[in-house]
Amino acid sequence: MSEVIHADHHDDHAHGPAKGLKRWLFTTNHKDIGTLYLWFSFAMFLVGGVLALVIRAELFQPGLQFVQPEFFNQMTTNHGLIMVFGAIMPAFVGLANWLIPMQVGAPDMALPRMNNLSFWILPFAFGMMISTLFMEGGGPNFGWTFYAPLSTTYAPPSVTYFIFAVHLMGASSIMGSINIIATILNMRAPGMTLMKMPMFVWTWLITAYLLIAVMPVLAGAVTMMLFDIHFDTSFFNAAGGGDPVMFQHIFWFFGHPEVYIMILPAFGIVSHIIPAFARKRLFGYTSMVYAVASIAFLSFIVWAHHMFTVGMPLAGQLFFMYSTMLIAVPTGVKVFNWIATMWRGSMTFETPMLFAIAFVVLFTMGGFSGLMLAITPVDYQYHDTYFVVAHFHYVLVPGALFSIIAAVYFWFPKWTGKMYDETLGKIHFWLSFVGVNVTFFPQHFSGLAGMPRRIPDYPLQFADFNMISSVGAFIFGLSQVFFLYVIIKAIRSGQPAADRSWEGAKGLEWTLPSPAPYHSFTHPPAVKDEEVLG
Amino acid sequence: MTEQTQQAEIKRTVKKLSLIVLGMCGFAFALVPLYDLFCEVTGLNGKTGGPYVFDEASAEPDRTRLIKVNFLTNTNEGMPWEFWSGQGAVRVHPGEAKTVSFYVKNTTNRPMVAQAIPSLVPISATEFFHKTECFCFEQQLLQPGEEVEMPMRFIVGRELPKNVGSINLSYALFDITDRVDISAAQGAGPLDQLPTAGG
Repeated sequence: MSEVIHADHHDDHAHGPAKGLKRWLFTTNHKDIGTLYLWFSFAMFLVGGVLALVIRAELFQPGLQFVQPEFFNQMTTNHGLIMVFGAIMPAFVGLANWLIPMQVGAPDMALPRMNNLSFWILPFAFGMMISTLFMEGGGPNFGWTFYAPLSTTYAPPSVTYFIFAVHLMGASSIMGSINIIATILNMRAPGMTLMKMPMFVWTWLITAYLLIAVMPVLAGAVTMMLFDIHFDTSFFNAAGGGDPVMFQHIFWFFGHPEVYIMILPAFGIVSHIIPAFARKRLFGYTSMVYAVASIAFLSFIVWAHHMFTVGMPLAGQLFFMYSTMLIAVPTGVKVFNWIATMWRGSMTFETPMLFAIAFVVLFTMGGFSGLMLAITPVDYQYHDTYFVVAHFHYVLVPGALFSIIAAVYFWFPKWTGKMYDETLGKIHFWLSFVGVNVTFFPQHFSGLAGMPRRIPDYPLQFADFNMISSVGAFIFGLSQVFFLYVIIKAIRSGQPAADRSWEGAKGLEWTLPSPAPYHSFTHPPAVKDEEVLG
Repeated sequence: MTEQTQQAEIKRTVKKLSLIVLGMCGFAFALVPLYDLFCEVTGLNGKTGGPYVFDEASAEPDRTRLIKVNFLTNTNEGMPWEFWSGQGAVRVHPGEAKTVSFYVKNTTNRPMVAQAIPSLVPISATEFFHKTECFCFEQQLLQPGEEVEMPMRFIVGRELPKNVGSINLSYALFDITDRVDISAAQGAGPLDQLPTAGG
């Protein structure tokens, strides 16, 4: 309330957004930039989704129906790259932009101009990457992990565009992360100590540190590729004294922390939504913080579990197997805490809560299949089969993606001042829930039976599972178009939302009016105990 | 916290974080020598070491063990050379020096330069497989149709782990003609003056 009064006093300072396109091009407002990130990631999500549907259409029946293997490879590669770097990561950065300043009681991000730059790099990066699909020789076709020499000696000529696109995405992520850390460390309202910070802020702080630690390594890897391709070096070329296996080590030194970059903010989101709809404090706040920190640390010492079949000594296999399994401990702590938060809570099941509960259940399933893959001797059978595909889609789709959808439903009233249609939201949830399981659950079976990933054709015994999977994929894909409808309908004709849109929701953002004013917390708010999550 | 001190704090944070970013960029490239060092120490990628100094007079072979060494040869990416091992496989006692030969023929009608890259399994045997003399220490320049016999002298160390009964040594021949200056190589004479790659 006090915020409204302040705003009245400072009318001469307060100004709304500029009009038209310039507002979005030159904006330095964290809410505008958050919106841009979210819409961009949704657009990329649809593009990546279309590529996925090309894959699933081709795999609907055995034999080659729609596309040739060369094009199929481009589809799998670009689907992975677009979903990881274009959909999931920018969506989390968008949420961070919208929420972190409001949750820590800051007026904006620490570096608003850099914030604008880190967003506007992205459309160019993805414009470059997607344009390669229309070039002679085609786009990237070497898998999203772009192992050398597939991505160097045997790469299509367009690989240079891919390399610079990755450089741009990396620059964007690094700038975004620096901004987020600078905001969290320096701009918290007085009284908000580190251990009173909302979980979303905590998880993003740790995620941002992971990003600035590993994005330069990814940049280094693609730079070495660039040198090998154009400047005759031999980083990954055995003929010149290099080693292609080194590429995999460098890539996964980036790649494994990257996996946690895509899930830690999800942990934060779910830790907000479950207490709100269970109407209880978050169980074990402190252990949640330490669990996230432990997962982040462990993510740096497990990378070679992606490479068991590449060859390494027994001691290495044992080390990477056990350190990988160790990650289950802090993750188990978090799952336990979410369940304990729900225990004897006064629960209701609005759409965000449904997505959050589905997250807990399905992410845990993805975690368990990950534990199976961590067992070295077993991995020799599972490696590069559809079992791996099922595993990482379970942690990324009903994991990371469901948490993003849950966050959109949860904070949507705060962003727009409108409430979405609860019935439509529930329909969206059930379509997504059924779709995702129909798509990915059968892939466990085809994978265990030996169906290799990234191959456009398969023997007849996999036909039934693949047909089920493809049907599920189209259900899931169409239900995300329905999501777009639900959101647009709510923006245009939703019921007005209360300031505290959910009665159990806690946090400084809920003390602001709905929709949140263009400039919020120009004066730091007081941090009251009842707004603290844990 | 006033506006000014907050801006100063933000600047300080950004500087520190930028240093981390620069440091990690450096680390990415430092991984290359670190990887080589790590592989050299542990023999992890099956690359056998460079020339080994061995005093045959004082060597005492371990007559209780006989190790089978299999030789595999292949040319990379369909390189049109013939490349084969003279013996296929030999049996040696640990600590006993043995010379084997490999044959290579340039079947094309242009001069070509090749580099052989070794790879050995089991990995645990890598650091105990020593070569005093090997064609893989140098590059091979062959004229059209030229054929040569290349010797390789090796010793399996006496410390070879007890559970290793056989060793497979593979040589892949890489075409590096485009990477070296052939005319310079021909003029310079001895091939070992060319920059050599790896062991």
